[in-house]
Amino acid sequence: MTRKQRRLVMIGGSLAVLAVAAALVLSALRDSIVFFSTPSMVAEKHISAGKRFRLGGLVQPGSLKRGDNLAVTFEVADGSATLPVAYKGILPDLFREGQGVVAEGALDQSGVFRADTVLAKHDETYMPKEVADALKKQGHWKDDYGKPSASAETQPVQGAMR
Amino acid sequence: MIAEAGHYALVLALGLALIQSVVPMLGARWGDVALMNVARSTALAQLLFVGASFIALVTLHVTSDFSVANVFENSHSMKPLIYKITGVWGNHEGSMLLWVSILALFGGLVAAFGNNLPLTLRAHVLAVQAWIASAFYLFILLTSNPFLRIANPPVEGRDLNPVLQDIGLAVHPPMLYLGYVGFSISFSFAVAALIEGRIDAAWARWVRPWTLLAWIFLTLGIAMGSYWAYYELGWGGWWFWDPVENASLMPWLAGTALLHSAVVMEKRNALKVWTILLSILTFSLSLLGTFLVRSGVLTSVHAFATDPARGVFILLILCLFIGGSLSLYAARAASLKQGGLFAPISREGALVLNNLFLTTACATVFIGTLYPLALEVLTGDKISVGAPFFNLTFGPLFVPLMIAVPFGPLLAWKRGDLLGAAQRLTAAGIAALIAIAVLWAWTHGGSTFAPLAIGLAVFVVAGALTDLAERIGLFRLPFGTSVQRARGLPRAAWGTAFAHAGVGIALIGIVCETTWNSEYIGTMKPGDSAKVAGYELKLDDLGQRQGPNFREMVARFTVGLDGKTLSVMTPSKRNFTTRGASTTEAALLTRGVSQLYISLGDIAADGGIAVRIYHKPMVLLIWFGPVLMAFGGFLSLSDRRLRVGAPKPAKAARALQAAE
Repeated sequence: MTRKQRRLVMIGGSLAVLAVAAALVLSALRDSIVFFSTPSMVAEKHISAGKRFRLGGLVQPGSLKRGDNLAVTFEVADGSATLPVAYKGILPDLFREGQGVVAEGALDQSGVFRADTVLAKHDETYMPKEVADALKKQGHWKDDYGKPSASAETQPVQGAMR
Repeated sequence: MIAEAGHYALVLALGLALIQSVVPMLGARWGDVALMNVARSTALAQLLFVGASFIALVTLHVTSDFSVANVFENSHSMKPLIYKITGVWGNHEGSMLLWVSILALFGGLVAAFGNNLPLTLRAHVLAVQAWIASAFYLFILLTSNPFLRIANPPVEGRDLNPVLQDIGLAVHPPMLYLGYVGFSISFSFAVAALIEGRIDAAWARWVRPWTLLAWIFLTLGIAMGSYWAYYELGWGGWWFWDPVENASLMPWLAGTALLHSAVVMEKRNALKVWTILLSILTFSLSLLGTFLVRSGVLTSVHAFATDPARGVFILLILCLFIGGSLSLYAARAASLKQGGLFAPISREGALVLNNLFLTTACATVFIGTLYPLALEVLTGDKISVGAPFFNLTFGPLFVPLMIAVPFGPLLAWKRGDLLGAAQRLTAAGIAALIAIAVLWAWTHGGSTFAPLAIGLAVFVVAGALTDLAERIGLFRLPFGTSVQRARGLPRAAWGTAFAHAGVGIALIGIVCETTWNSEYIGTMKPGDSAKVAGYELKLDDLGQRQGPNFREMVARFTVGLDGKTLSVMTPSKRNFTTRGASTTEAALLTRGVSQLYISLGDIAADGGIAVRIYHKPMVLLIWFGPVLMAFGGFLSLSDRRLRVGAPKPAKAARALQAAE
């Protein structure tokens, strides 16, 4: 083989692998990404039942109810809308009423959000970034949700369960 | 006083770094030996001053000097000594100080052991190191000064994030940083080579040990971090495809590729331009990792603080270094001479294939990690890209790579014999098929994917052993001769075999854990028992205990198997009063390489406690594999040919090379 042919083999092989990788990435991006919504966005957009998304907001105080066998229900609010959430399992260490939460799952036919993962990426003063941004955008942000930046030691804790 | 001294030492280090950035470059240009040698002294002095600065911060933490903001925010007088020390880098400012200390350490090592380097190359390398160092000293001094005082010193500190109060913090960040920052050396060498416009096989021989050293620490750092997350976060996962984890995986993938392409360059003087590019990319990915973690664009366990000024500063550093080095590359790469020829089927060809797949896999991780950020900036949509994406893209790319791994070492340089290699791998192939058949029969009706994946892993491990057996002529030559040959085998050959086997072993662990993991989640009261994977776990009682800076609720489980009592497990839930935070301390019981895992949830109104119990088969192999890889790396590093600082290998090295 000449130098040119060898180079052609190498470049052809590389392009083939890159093409396969690009195809994999594109198909995976179509099927496996999850969008983020707040309860009012859910109400506006009419997300169909069964479509997976991430729901973020504040846990409505007084809405947490524990059922049998680790079943829990609570409501997520963003100031203008609330959405009931049902979950089965152990909630993260830092799950509290009145605090920010992100849950992943899908709506069922009756409009209840069935979560299979609950994330509480926050400590006692911290708010998940997505939730904070959404609340700010809707004008429901209160300064006491966050801490003044002088001691901006927000060390989020992540917890998730299936 | 100590705080001011530490601050001052850091300023002096910046001054030294600035001198080191300029003077040796001028010396190299004018051919002035004295000026070039300035680099050596300044690099060592820099190490001294940064070291002093770091020790000052450690002292402040150990003596609980709460008049320093950093200590106040991250320490507590009741905290155990070990966490007072490790807490130094458990926060943004301190961890950046650790970052530059390690950078100075590597610079100092090059200065101290680089006597065999050509003078101009050493001057250039150290100057480039100093550019990086200057940028990060400025970053610390301007945006993240760890020595800031508080006007009215409080009596007590705010304590360290409880999740970080663990021995993992003592090991994981320093290891990871040794890896991240270690790649700065290959970066500096690459930029120096581009500036000089000259690169040869000797260059690769100097770069390889540094790359290897960084890679070893990065491998161990990632593995340690994964094990830490597994036992500390309490839900039994060991890899979450979290952006911050990906930030450490990307330099690892690129670094692994670099390690292999440097071999081709050293042995065959080929792939020069590509190796240079990989050196630049690997450290760029390390910088990107630093940016992702330290800028606050991501929310994760690792993001300590969100101060936009810091993010912008690091982004500037990132653009400057990546943009600058890539422009230099574009301008100069064409002037580097092409190296030796090789057929597509050859050792070089196999290593090119390895590089192709590793960098492509790295690119998919890159897209998955940065796509959500880019989309949010461009459209405002918030999305999350999680495990499914990476399993669908990363997984398929790794399969052909794994199949190719055993072939590589069996192919000859320049022109290889694929058929011959395949013949020699027959035994490994048969072992893999037997493994698949046995598993298939044993897990009848279960997953079809798992036996195939384990078969592939067995093939990789058996292939690594085949390579060793072939080299020492096991079963072909008399046993005594084989032993003699094994003793004479270069350590690098052993290293390769161990590292490749480690990949296979880690794969076995990953597949077993994800496929045959069994779990029990439920509410238990004292006296209740649960059955998981044949083990009987009985909750004896619940008790309270007082720790140094926390209170904890401890559950006692008796573990039995076939009616016999095996052991007692005590998972707990800790409540840290200072921060009002709680952590879950999982209990682990190791059985061979499998583990039982218990973590606690909340107490219900009726007195029952939520409990999660997992049985994780072969889970320890996931971390044993990387340890084996790192061990292989160390063996390779101790090879006479590569030993850091060894005198210039003359004829002996050539002879060794020919023998392989």
